[in-house]
Amino acid sequence: MTDRLAPATEQDLAAAVAAAAAAKEPLAVEGNGSKRAMLRPVQAARTLSTRNLTGITLYRPTELVLSARAGTTLPEIEAALAEKGQMLAPEPPDTRTLFDSTEPATIGGVVAANLSGPRRITAGAIRDHVLGLRFVNGAGEVVRSGGRVLKNVTGLDLCKLLTGSHGTLGVITEVTLKVLPAGETSASIGIRVPDIATGVQALSAGLGSPFGVTGAALIPAFAGPDGPANHVAFLRLEDFAASVAYRSGRLAADLARFGDLRVLDAAESTSLWAAIRDAQPLGAAPEEAVWRVSVRPSAGARVAAAAASAGGRALLDWGGGLVWIAGPATEAMHLAVVAAAEGGRGSFTLFRAPEPLRAAVAVLPDEPPALAAIAARVKAALDPAGVFNPGRMRPGI
Amino acid sequence: MIALPKPRPEVLARRDEIVAALRTIVPGEGTISEALRLKPYETDGLTAYRMPPLAVVLPGTTEQVAAVMRYCHANGIRVVPRGAGTSLSGGALPLEDAVVIGLMRMNRILEIDFDDRLAVVEAGVTNLGITKAVEQDGFFYAPDPSSQLACMIGGNVNMNSGGAHCLKYGVTANNLLGLKLVTPEGEIVEIGGAHLDAAGYDWLGLLTGSEGMLGIVTEVTVRILRGPEGARAMLAAFKGTEIAGAAVDAIIGSGIIPVALEFMDKPCIHACEAFAHAGYPLDAEAMLIIEVEGSEQEQDELLTKIKEICSRFDPISLKVATSAEESAAIWKGRKGAFGAVGRISPDYLCMDGTIPTGELPRVLKRIGEMSAQYGLQVANVFHAGDGNLHPLIMFDANDPESFRKAEQFGADILTLCVEVGGCLTGEHGVGVEKRDLMGVQFLPHELDQQRRIKTAFDPGWLLNPHKVFPLQTEAA
Repeated sequence: MTDRLAPATEQDLAAAVAAAAAAKEPLAVEGNGSKRAMLRPVQAARTLSTRNLTGITLYRPTELVLSARAGTTLPEIEAALAEKGQMLAPEPPDTRTLFDSTEPATIGGVVAANLSGPRRITAGAIRDHVLGLRFVNGAGEVVRSGGRVLKNVTGLDLCKLLTGSHGTLGVITEVTLKVLPAGETSASIGIRVPDIATGVQALSAGLGSPFGVTGAALIPAFAGPDGPANHVAFLRLEDFAASVAYRSGRLAADLARFGDLRVLDAAESTSLWAAIRDAQPLGAAPEEAVWRVSVRPSAGARVAAAAASAGGRALLDWGGGLVWIAGPATEAMHLAVVAAAEGGRGSFTLFRAPEPLRAAVAVLPDEPPALAAIAARVKAALDPAGVFNPGRMRPGI
Repeated sequence: MIALPKPRPEVLARRDEIVAALRTIVPGEGTISEALRLKPYETDGLTAYRMPPLAVVLPGTTEQVAAVMRYCHANGIRVVPRGAGTSLSGGALPLEDAVVIGLMRMNRILEIDFDDRLAVVEAGVTNLGITKAVEQDGFFYAPDPSSQLACMIGGNVNMNSGGAHCLKYGVTANNLLGLKLVTPEGEIVEIGGAHLDAAGYDWLGLLTGSEGMLGIVTEVTVRILRGPEGARAMLAAFKGTEIAGAAVDAIIGSGIIPVALEFMDKPCIHACEAFAHAGYPLDAEAMLIIEVEGSEQEQDELLTKIKEICSRFDPISLKVATSAEESAAIWKGRKGAFGAVGRISPDYLCMDGTIPTGELPRVLKRIGEMSAQYGLQVANVFHAGDGNLHPLIMFDANDPESFRKAEQFGADILTLCVEVGGCLTGEHGVGVEKRDLMGVQFLPHELDQQRRIKTAFDPGWLLNPHKVFPLQTEAA
């Protein structure tokens, strides 16, 4: 067990960072540590956690804005929003099952990982909903970026830079998020398709319709709820009840040409998309590795096929553009996934793997040299002593 | 008045040599050095400030942009990027010793993919040009700044432009997938691509809204969206700004996100009505234009709900359009608002703060008091859903004292926006216009943090060095 610091105030946390920077002692930065096994292992004797910075500090439903300290848990925030009929539109996954963690994610961790679920395809990612951040930089200074209003172009957008930086550039202490009304109800359409490429075409047709689709995923045959013989493409609608009824009728008529089709009611739809959000249909076994590959949607079927021929299984979300892959935790499998992502001119993340694999391979794509040089200077501009999560994303960063 | 960095005499002295070198990279008409032909490039949408640049180059390819950047980097020459020059904050204002790189010749649409819902375009394609290229298939590019006929996507990326419909569709940052960027050192890099959420640092997000300080954007991959079945507007007029604000809260609180939710105050209603004869109620203190989307039946249902909500707030009038023509009539006054104000006053400053929407009544009251104090009229239009306020301050540009007062009035309004929890700029950018107010919103060490990011991209501060940050500590 490493030495764990979990300050109860932002001030104390800043002081802890300043001390670590002065001593050049690296820190593993985390919230509840629910995604500790993501990306590369961090080499640090001490852990700095935001778990004790808790509480919703501002919630104005009519202004569509919520602020919370970084250690506030995702379920607590989701419950507060649900009480007012609102939601975090990017629907971040509950990663407890995938990471075999008992602790819920913190909102700081969700933002630091920029982890978004099915609604990302039309509603935007977490990074699109971060309006403001407070963070502690590597000099132990508290820095604010953005604010609490929906439209803000004042100065460089450090919110975007910090979001998805996995704690390597600063310790997020408080986040302000854009929140939105949740649809009054939802429904989904499931279409049995003969192959994955046809399924992705059906998803593209739905996303290219005027009916406001909010989820577009494909569950391949191995996990198909309609039996092992069928791939099923799913499209979700969420809105006022009359709209959902009207649109699901129109969408079903438009998409019937792709295969047998049925409409799922609100209850079925809700549990289906929670499962897709959390990548449950992948059925990743504990010893398996899990990847997320992001490509243009029309390349998704090829990535899924490449994963299958290397011995893995794929689940497609974001209209085919997000391919979750589970497979053997081997370098050979990893290289097959990387080749598939590069073939689709996309991006990949080794999302979960036993430590030896995570330590041995590139868990994210390399950057071209000109960008890598800028990245190193940006890292130094925020964390000059290199104390935050060394090696988490790439060797040195 | 805005101060500019001192020109470097050694660069000015080498002007002929520099122009000749640029000509070898961008030959013929693509390199401009004659005083008369430099004239159009000396200012932008913020016409109060002018400065002829050393030279202008109009490259036709990313490789030419990169070669110009490499040359300028090697020779310590400052560079100011420029799209259509529509910036309202002086984002394209040149420097005497700077080379302006104009992207307007790079205006090709390279790829349109309806299945993957994206378009790849060069930086000089206009905002509306993207929608025009895809609308026959029912698609559109969502951000719609009011300059969309002229403004270019490269400039939109650099200013993170918004528009009247961002409550539903987001701003530029939310509608991008990738960029081709030339770094200050002249390297060409691809950021993002045709896919969502590239792993690693979010360069795309950081570059969007970076006001031309971090690199030159030459190509952009944007998301295109399928348009709705239809859209329709309604008008609601109220006896007070507080009442109209409460109606906005009630609409959003009911779970409806209209595609547009525009607020006009009494001076603005009067100016627009006199100009456009749109049938606006002149006895109202505040008026909302609310637009919804969907099928005819969905529009009816939403408008009925909104009308019912508004009727709880003792409205002076509620007018629901029953056709596209009636919608256009409702919008006619609002869309002509800037022209309408221009008819009353020879000159006006268009401000651009954002406030928490609940603060609107307080802010409008204070602006009214300041208007009396400065002796300058002001009309307010407001994107009510997202809090973006555009006060139009009327003044006389022939009277230097009037201009000075207008600038001070504007600065006071933006300071007020920050005080109530908002920010200096919602969509126009800081540019040179609001540069010296940055200390109102940020603490010194926060500005230094942002400056260090600029330095990480551009160690020599050659690219747009006079924008965004207060000048005195520019090279921190």
